Amino acid sequence: MARTMYDKIWDAHMVDVQDDGTCLLYIDRHLVHEVTSPQAFEGLRMSGRKVRAPEKTLAVADHNVPTEGRANGIADEESRIQVETLEKNAKDFGVEYLEMLDIRQGVVHIVGPEQGFTLPGTTIVCGDSHTSTHGAFGALAHGIGTSEVEHVLATQTLIQSKAKNMKIEVTGALPDHVTAKDIILAVIGEIGTAGGTGYVMEYTGEAIQALSMEGRMTVCNMSIEGGARAGLIAPDEKTFEYLKGRPRSPQGADWDAAVAYWKTLPTDEGAHFDKVVTLDASNLPPTLTWGTSPENVVSIEGSVPDPSKIEDAAKRTAVERSLAYMGLEANTKMTDIKIDRAFIGSCTNGRIEDIREVARVAKGKKVASTVSAMVVPGSGLVKEQAEQEGLDKILIEAGFDWREPGCSMCLAMNADKLAEGERCASTSNRNFEGRQGRGGRTHLVSPEMAAAAAIAGHFVDVRKV
Amino acid sequence: MDKFKKVDGVAAPLPILNVDTDMIIPKQFLKTIKRTGLGKNLFDEMRFTKEGAEIPDFVLNKPQYRNAEILVAGDNFGCGSSREHAPWAIADFGIKVIISTSFADIFYNNCFKNGILPIKLSQSDVDKLMDDAERGANATVSVDLEAQEIKGPDGGTISFDIDPFRKHCLLEGLDDVGLTLQKEEKITSFEKTRASEQPWL
Ligand code: SF4
Repeated sequence: MARTMYDKIWDAHMVDVQDDGTCLLYIDRHLVHEVTSPQAFEGLRMSGRKVRAPEKTLAVADHNVPTEGRANGIADEESRIQVETLEKNAKDFGVEYLEMLDIRQGVVHIVGPEQGFTLPGTTIVCGDSHTSTHGAFGALAHGIGTSEVEHVLATQTLIQSKAKNMKIEVTGALPDHVTAKDIILAVIGEIGTAGGTGYVMEYTGEAIQALSMEGRMTVCNMSIEGGARAGLIAPDEKTFEYLKGRPRSPQGADWDAAVAYWKTLPTDEGAHFDKVVTLDASNLPPTLTWGTSPENVVSIEGSVPDPSKIEDAAKRTAVERSLAYMGLEANTKMTDIKIDRAFIGSCTNGRIEDIREVARVAKGKKVASTVSAMVVPGSGLVKEQAEQEGLDKILIEAGFDWREPGCSMCLAMNADKLAEGERCASTSNRNFEGRQGRGGRTHLVSPEMAAAAAIAGHFVDVRKV
Repeated sequence: MDKFKKVDGVAAPLPILNVDTDMIIPKQFLKTIKRTGLGKNLFDEMRFTKEGAEIPDFVLNKPQYRNAEILVAGDNFGCGSSREHAPWAIADFGIKVIISTSFADIFYNNCFKNGILPIKLSQSDVDKLMDDAERGANATVSVDLEAQEIKGPDGGTISFDIDPFRKHCLLEGLDDVGLTLQKEEKITSFEKTRASEQPWL
């Protein structure tokens, strides 16, 4: 029978099926960070259990790490304890740990692919919802809670029931300056934040195939904002090219065998999808959010919605609540909205290609005097690469702050946060109330749009700058 | 984990769509390395002012709902991050049942690991229970997992679906890891086959 890629990966990882249909799924790769793991390791200790497969586990601290002056350690005591706890747990249980000053350190979802830890056809989990990022390689990757982190540490398996298959077909070619970020924002706008609940989404179509691995990661990263358990993109030559020679990628004869296997993964002709969504990329505008949910998207040519025109009472209330929080008037043109901050980074858009785009827009220009803008590379290796290309100089020259790698203001657990009422053009993935700091106002955008807004002091149509 | 018993308690209405995990437990409380003690920070930025004073309008601050054990909420409850701190905070506050039209996947899973029962109902059933919950302390709702039934204050009964394995684990308070380790032989044999077929892993 014709199978989807999700079906194939699922079938290949089935350890056991109970009579009631509950499955035990084998986990090939487990990423661990400091925020969601301490209680899991503690659980192992209390029950006298070990980590079953330490070599299939990789630990790195990212959420709490400072993005400047890190040679002096972490000033905030709770953050420091959390990072030290991870280091100690990794050591006690024999798990490899990339410490804060290691060049390979960075946001866990950027580190996995960079190290070749993320491979097609594998199952990957992490106590972090944006684990969906790794689906860009044709890996079944999703976030889990801390109890499940403990379960995977102890058993290298996960109790799961199978999700349904959804296909998101993005046809046509993207116009200039419209990016992977705009695709995924448009998809979420279309299906809503609960649209993918219960599904694994596979992205296909010309526009997806044309994306770089970086762009594909951006798309899969935000699958969770669409409610999906995971996002998937079929591996192809670009995928193999990206992985070849990475530290943890297969080598020699193993490489050839692996590639041969990976080529069997794509969805079979005629496989059944429970739901299909189609989007035409060729007339997609730069897209951004106006509200406090990732589904609150609008074209840069559009305006803030008018709640009085919404009939459904619950939806109207939600829009009113969002607008009050965001400090926005109905019908304001998006290009008239001024910003105070710009944040470029995160596991959505903190990769080398993103930083190149920002530098291209910023070159020879200056950040507006009313804006403070920061660029936080996703990993030490991204930072090093950017510096080799001289991008840091261009950015600093233009008035951007150039930082050390970490999650930073994507969720503001470290010192980087918005003050109450501050408005930010952010390349991250969540615009929830308080996400970037209590009372902070987040607009999700692509890296180019963030850079252009930082320079203009307000949102602009990046196609016109 | 404790066994899940029948709940007869006050239901609090939270008619907000897309209640996300940042609302349930903001990130400043994720720095803990423990599971306990998070109840006081549940819905922190909605419950307290920046200075730490209670916001009287917020439902769980109203006298009649302070001891709520059931939460009736809008669609897509628990969306956002995988943080289990969200169900930890909810359980620590004393809420045992959450009712909505839909839940985010990871949050839904996390509830079962912490003795919380998330119940998915149709919009009309949720609307009915939301109405009941609006009645304050008089609105005690009874949730019977064994029978898969909810009884409202007027005596009407709503039945709900739940995955049988999850129901069993909740009722018995079973530990997943312990259950899975009983399948040790199957895991080992799977690993052997895998190591020979895909030696690069
Ligand atoms: S960058 Fe943001 S979304 Fe990504 S792992 Fe860090 S906090 Fe989560």
